[in-house]
Amino acid sequence: MAVKALAPYEFQSRDALERYKGKQLLFINWERHRMFSRPFILALPPETSFSEIVDKYITDCFSYHPDFARIDWSKVVWQNSNTVFTPDRARSLKDNGIGHKDLIRFTTPGLDGIAGSGY
Amino acid sequence: MDMKVAKKLGLKERYTLMTRDLAWDTTYQPMDKVFPQVTYEGIKIHDWDKWEDPFRLTMDAYWKYQSEKERKLYAILDAFNQNNGHLSVTDARYMNVLKLFLGSTPPLELMAARGFSMVGRQMVGGGPRVACQMQAVDEYRHFQTQIHSISNYNKYYHGMDEFAHQQSRMWYLSDGKSFFDDAITAGPFEFMVAIGFAFEYVLTNILFVPFISGAAYNGDMAAMTVGFSAQSDEARHMTLGLECIKFMLEQDPDNLPIVQRWIDKWTWRGTRKLASVGMMMDYMLPKRIMSFKEAWEMYFEQNGGALFTDLARYGIKIPQCFTQTIEEKEHVSHQSWIGFYMKPDATPFHTWVPTPEELDWLSEKYPNTFDKYYRPVYEYWAQMEKEGKRFNNRTQPMNCQVCVSTVKFNEPGDPMSTCFRETVYKGEKFHFCSDHCKDIFEHEPEKYIQTYISSNQALQGNCAPEGVDVNAPDFNPGEHIAAYWRLDKRATGDFNGSEDQKNFAAWRDQATKN
Repeated sequence: MAVKALAPYEFQSRDALERYKGKQLLFINWERHRMFSRPFILALPPETSFSEIVDKYITDCFSYHPDFARIDWSKVVWQNSNTVFTPDRARSLKDNGIGHKDLIRFTTPGLDGIAGSGY
Repeated sequence: MDMKVAKKLGLKERYTLMTRDLAWDTTYQPMDKVFPQVTYEGIKIHDWDKWEDPFRLTMDAYWKYQSEKERKLYAILDAFNQNNGHLSVTDARYMNVLKLFLGSTPPLELMAARGFSMVGRQMVGGGPRVACQMQAVDEYRHFQTQIHSISNYNKYYHGMDEFAHQQSRMWYLSDGKSFFDDAITAGPFEFMVAIGFAFEYVLTNILFVPFISGAAYNGDMAAMTVGFSAQSDEARHMTLGLECIKFMLEQDPDNLPIVQRWIDKWTWRGTRKLASVGMMMDYMLPKRIMSFKEAWEMYFEQNGGALFTDLARYGIKIPQCFTQTIEEKEHVSHQSWIGFYMKPDATPFHTWVPTPEELDWLSEKYPNTFDKYYRPVYEYWAQMEKEGKRFNNRTQPMNCQVCVSTVKFNEPGDPMSTCFRETVYKGEKFHFCSDHCKDIFEHEPEKYIQTYISSNQALQGNCAPEGVDVNAPDFNPGEHIAAYWRLDKRATGDFNGSEDQKNFAAWRDQATKN
């Protein structure tokens, strides 16, 4: 619905793609590992390879967790929001269909956090 | 000769002369041009004189009462400060409650003062205009007295001096700022529901229970006195908010769906704002009064529930979020503290892992959830801290587009999973922490696409101190954000090992030993 207002009410989104100068926002969450409290955010060029996401950003953030070393990467389930997909590590975010403000969620079967608590 | 003595005015006459009688209908300009804000929200008012003034307070009496309160308050503050009262609090961890409160509350009191000043101008009837004027002055008084009471602590403890600068910039203050920005940019009637009703009536008690009673329980006479002085105004505020709701509902049946939507929206926004209050109660007070869950049951479920039952005769239904808040009362305080603990470099107050006795208290207060979901991670962190590996999540958060909380709450019915909701508006994706925030967005997307999210702004290069080239290829926003926030490094990190901890212990020793 439109905002009720006394004057024309139209604004540009504060996080529109063009405000990121060639980069796009990406959110990353490790499911059932809530020790990290919330997903983290990145601004990256769409040409960034998916392997960089895993080897650099995911590893830097999540390797503190004792489950991280136990991940069997061949069994990881990847989702873009609620849609399951199979990323190609060698290809870019764009080629993997990942756009501005997408949320990448990954589930590591059999690993449910400290003492199975989800944390 | 007989002297003709004028009869002393009765309370009712005096009230009429000093309030409604001061208002008039304009003739040079039509009323709807002078007061355009009272119609555009869709609320229909047929007779402003039907507004009931619950307190019948006039400005002259108001000044008298308030100045008396101020005199008492400042006498106690002086005595407390001159007597080194800060050393009589339970434990130096308590100061962190003051730091969190100072950043998150007085600036919002100021926003409330601005809001009620605006609404006082926008309303047509003399009754509501005078009531709004008094509430604006009250809010301004709360803003000042809160800062005055905490300023003495600022001489001794780190992290309090930049709260005004940080209010509109720091990630964890964005939820409160967004709450008031949303309210103050709405029309006058929505503002009254947001602040006068949902915040004052349904939620303020929960904010003031941990602060006032917590302050008293932990030996802080200064903050306690400020709290009581403010709380005596709150009774008037709550009545004004409720009166406004009843007035709208009695004036026209078409007002009901609009008011219902506002009640749903603002009860939820207030609930989200209170997650960090829950953590104050359960984690930050060295001596605890009651758990957040108990406070929620008493003040929201019972008192708030009774209020909604009372409003049922006007056709108001209990807010849609009510059921979800009941499930969440078992979780939100823990999820909030985890969210702050894991980010030790990004707040001007300290965090810590609760002691083993405190963990036991939490298990006792939260038998359904604490041991199952939260105790293991705290015990793990305590162990890691002993090994010199205190947790520090260096990444930047994802925030909800509406409440601007970090996206950290659980999926309803599944405490092990985070709740995510999203929608697409004009080709862009927007993320939310809950169904209720998503609903709020979808009703007024043009409003919420403007949301200020600290991490996103940093990534756009808008949060670096002057002189930093945000377009340099190696620009890393995380390196500059603390300077941009003017964050005092001594106030960050774990409480254990902090300067506050050492100084408090040394000063207290001086007071009690040779």
